[in-house]
Amino acid sequence: MQADALDGGFADAPIEAARAFRAAMSAMARPGRIERLEGAAPPAPLSPAAGALILTLCDPETPVHLAGAHDAAALRDWITFHTGAPLVGPDGAVFAVGDWDALQPLDAYRIGTSDYPDRAATLIVEMPTLTPQGARLTGPGIKDAAQLSLPETAAFRRNAAQFPLGLDFFLTCGDSVAALPRSTRVEDR
Amino acid sequence: MTEIEERKSWMSLLAKAPAADLDRLWSALGLAPDYGYLRAPEAGGVMVRGRAGATGAPFNLGEMTVTRCSVRLRGGEVGHAYVQGRDKTHATQAALIDALMQTGQADAVRAAVLDPLTEALQTARATRAAKAAATKVDFFTMARGED
Repeated sequence: MQADALDGGFADAPIEAARAFRAAMSAMARPGRIERLEGAAPPAPLSPAAGALILTLCDPETPVHLAGAHDAAALRDWITFHTGAPLVGPDGAVFAVGDWDALQPLDAYRIGTSDYPDRAATLIVEMPTLTPQGARLTGPGIKDAAQLSLPETAAFRRNAAQFPLGLDFFLTCGDSVAALPRSTRVEDR
Repeated sequence: MTEIEERKSWMSLLAKAPAADLDRLWSALGLAPDYGYLRAPEAGGVMVRGRAGATGAPFNLGEMTVTRCSVRLRGGEVGHAYVQGRDKTHATQAALIDALMQTGQADAVRAAVLDPLTEALQTARATRAAKAAATKVDFFTMARGED
């Protein structure tokens, strides 16, 4: 294990994790709204916002899948040291992290069951940019409509059609985070 | 003994040592290494599990409080500690000693801290065993007068 991989956790875990949780919850409650998530300094290629999400949401009972370039030795060590989360393939993951292309195909992840729709995966999608422009979002938590730069819209429409099952998404870029729960309807502009 | 087993043995010793003893020996050693926290000391609970007769199905014995800490010395050596109780100084000192045991100062640390702790632990064990031995009762079958 490389010692460098151990840096970059929360300096004051109780307070910073509570702030990060608040930001993640607000983002999920108001789809399309961009929140700031700070405090984590994970090894590349993970963004600070995605790092803070992992530090806040993951523990030994939440298997994590690292997709594509994110499956790096330094990042594996970092997640293991700071959260103790097991690293698994897409079919067993509760959280998955990666670029949009690396996370495909989406049907490899768990979408929950009719009895337990909460047993679905949450995908943390690393974005090159994250701006309140682009696809039109409507649904619970959104007054009138919101806009968010999504990598595509068809996949999110298919996901929303499976409601109450389906995947939830966090979109991260640098220290910004936005969320797209399965309840949100997505339309092209 | 392999390197990992050796490290396990001193980490185990530091985890179980009384905080006051460790503090006294560490202060007497007089080292003040330059270090930073990888994980600041934090207290939490762990479930202690056991197996009846060491072979039965595992069961939960009960929770205990532990404090953990990870430090890195300026030279890059990383020390980890999980100690019983909620004494953060104890956890920090144990992590520092774990890190120092990987440096050139290992022999000094072993002589000044680990050896006295091992000795104290063994004395305490022997005293307890002697006390228990003094209360030993030999059972024997008395003649029941049937013959």
